[in-house]
Amino acid sequence: MLIELRDICKTFGPVRANAGISIEVASASILGILGENGAGKSTLMKILSGFQLPDSGSIILDGEAATIRSPADALARGIGMLHQDPLDFPPLRLVDDIILGSKGRLRPDRRRTAKEFRELASRFEFDLDPEAYVDALTVGERQQLEILRLLWLGARALILDEPTTGISLPQKEKLFATIRRLASEGMTVLFVSHKLEDVESLCDRAVVLRQGLLAGSEVPPFDTRRLIELMFGKEVPQSPHLRIARGGEVLSARGLCLDSLRLQIKDLDLSVRAGEVIGLAGMEGSGQAIFLASCAGLARPVAGSVRIEEREMTRASHHDFKREGVAYLPAARLEEGLVPGLTLEEHFILAEGRRGLFIDRRSAEIKAASRIASYNIKGRPDSPVEELSGGNQQRALLALLRDDLSLILVEHPTRGLDIESTIYIWSKLKERCAQGTAIVFISSDLDEILQYSDRVIVFFAGKVSPPLAAESLGVEELGRLIGGKGWEKFEEAVRA
Amino acid sequence: MRDSPGLKPLFRTAAVVLALTLTTLVLLATKSPPLAAYASIARGAVGSWSVGSDVLVAWVPLLLVTSGLLVTFTVGLWNIGIEGQITSGAVFTTWALRSFQGGSLDPGLAIAFAVLAGMAGGMLWAMLVGALKTFGGVNEIFGGLGLNYVATAVNLWLIFGPWKRPGVASMSGTVPFGRSYWLPTVTEQSRFAPIAVVIAVVAIAVVFVLIQGTYFGLRLKAVGRNSRAAYLLGIPTWQYTMVSFAICGLFAGLAGAIQVTAVYHRLIPSISSGYGYLGLMVSMLVNYSAALAAPVALFFAALNVGSIQLPIILKMDSSLAGVLQGTLVLFVLLAEGVRSRVMKKGGSRP
Repeated sequence: MLIELRDICKTFGPVRANAGISIEVASASILGILGENGAGKSTLMKILSGFQLPDSGSIILDGEAATIRSPADALARGIGMLHQDPLDFPPLRLVDDIILGSKGRLRPDRRRTAKEFRELASRFEFDLDPEAYVDALTVGERQQLEILRLLWLGARALILDEPTTGISLPQKEKLFATIRRLASEGMTVLFVSHKLEDVESLCDRAVVLRQGLLAGSEVPPFDTRRLIELMFGKEVPQSPHLRIARGGEVLSARGLCLDSLRLQIKDLDLSVRAGEVIGLAGMEGSGQAIFLASCAGLARPVAGSVRIEEREMTRASHHDFKREGVAYLPAARLEEGLVPGLTLEEHFILAEGRRGLFIDRRSAEIKAASRIASYNIKGRPDSPVEELSGGNQQRALLALLRDDLSLILVEHPTRGLDIESTIYIWSKLKERCAQGTAIVFISSDLDEILQYSDRVIVFFAGKVSPPLAAESLGVEELGRLIGGKGWEKFEEAVRA
Repeated sequence: MRDSPGLKPLFRTAAVVLALTLTTLVLLATKSPPLAAYASIARGAVGSWSVGSDVLVAWVPLLLVTSGLLVTFTVGLWNIGIEGQITSGAVFTTWALRSFQGGSLDPGLAIAFAVLAGMAGGMLWAMLVGALKTFGGVNEIFGGLGLNYVATAVNLWLIFGPWKRPGVASMSGTVPFGRSYWLPTVTEQSRFAPIAVVIAVVAIAVVFVLIQGTYFGLRLKAVGRNSRAAYLLGIPTWQYTMVSFAICGLFAGLAGAIQVTAVYHRLIPSISSGYGYLGLMVSMLVNYSAALAAPVALFFAALNVGSIQLPIILKMDSSLAGVLQGTLVLFVLLAEGVRSRVMKKGGSRP
């Protein structure tokens, strides 16, 4: 399908999300759409997929002007969108999940649908059982399910929104192979990402959006520096890998056993020293999140002990951990970390935890303003947190932390953030390390794990690797471990 | 997206007009004269000093329960058990007065202790709802509703059982207390006790300051809007939930105590008089903010008192006030919903 977007404009209040964007995508081609957060990528894709109507401009499909009023409308015209968080129904069987999106028929033909599903799945070598339940699938498999569903519904153009977030390396390779094959069979693919590497290795052409405008269009071989320049209007320096002197033991886990609904972790030992950065790698749901929670008093270990600076904390509550200087930053910033409806200033007041009756608003405002400035947050003391962008919300979460922390636990510190914010967040975290704070973080971004950790622990289905030195660990090997390969050597080491 | 400033009053006005229109249509459908009915309500509410003071008598408990409900709404709770908390307060007050009456304690002090007992009673009933929610996982709406029935049953049992009038038990309640155990009123016949009005005004002022200006209030807001984030920010969430129930129960119990000491001077079966549910409506109408609670509660009280004369003068049912109040709340909420949709027009659709 030939897709032409002509002079698309869309404003939200004072914000011009799309200020006249024109793009053309031919069939059997993969177009990468790059841009930092707030550049207008999502808005443009929402317009193409029927979630929003443009203020002006036109969409032309195969030479015919089209008004796309809803996602169902878009799908009827052959445009399917794969969302960052798969839009599926976890309690259903795969086949029912697929049938739900189809039109018409009073009595769905489950048997025929299951047969067609199996055929489609085997065509792409997806190992999906139509009778299995959606909630048993990994993020990568749910993506595969969504792709099959859109194909089954007759999609001739696919929009993929940040599809490589949260999936493992082998799953990513499989996804890319699938995308290439679909394109070779005539599919029009729009690949939205802020990961340069993904776009460079996959796309036939890349357009870069910046502040609602088309900043440029590039073809392979891509020049990374040029792409970064187009995205940010300037070159962003990468911070060098700093080595910081280690202090005494901050966190000690001994023989830790954890139990969650899906998996068990047995006998985990870890000792973290002041100033050290530990990266927890693994596919989502491999046990790293419950381990991190147990280091913050948010999950009870079944056996073993957790100590913070020599103090026994195994049965302590999260607030006890806080008092010992442990901070926990959740991945879902607006759902778990911040309080929607309250302002930045009010968050700083809450985080300060002052005793007393009346709030001194004036001094609170001054303090908030200085924190906002020192953490470079784009917002005012009276800005409600939900109006901030993802990057600024993460900066705010960091700004809320006390100064004298011994340990910071972070889930996905830079998920969904653009390069500039990522570098900024890590520079702030590294500043903390220099002051003797240890950091343990979870990430599904292998580069982030390798670039910022001193030691890496890999989780796979409840199995835990010993801490591995990041310097001697390559992307390749880390990717294999995350995918469950190459674990024999650890098991042999244990036996020996 | 920012609200354009002119739109909000416009929608509010439209809501009021629509509510009046619908109520008028209801009146026309039942072949009643709308204008005469409204005029009768207005005369019944502000026509004389006597009815004016009746409005204040209704205003006091309504404002007290609204004050309490604003605290529980701030922490994100639907304290529908407020009716039972009023009743419990009234029962405790009656119990205290019965034990003091005829004793050596100075009646003034006895009233003060009885009012405190009522506050404790309301608090106890509210903390039961809170404990069911915190430790038993029972949603506060179900727990509150259940305890409302229990409170009513206990109340009726007391009136028809242990505390029944000598000779014959009756729906008219327990034996009235001696005049020295009444909260002082302006005249002998009046139910209007100025001190009760002072208490209600102080209550709403305290709640306003509590929510707007204190650490406690800010933490309540945080728990109400995102309890997980509030917990991670270091706020002991379930304790704040319990404290907010306690405060609300305190105000509800106070309302029950005033119903007993100033209005009825005895325990009657319908001692809460529906002020709890009415308080929920007032809270919704003022969008859970304390600033407008006093005038809106006054307006609701005026509607209630004004409609009392309807059956006598126009042979109409006095529930007309309820119809007007209900449609008003519905249309204001509806207008708010429509307004936020209009503001987002062209934005994302569900």
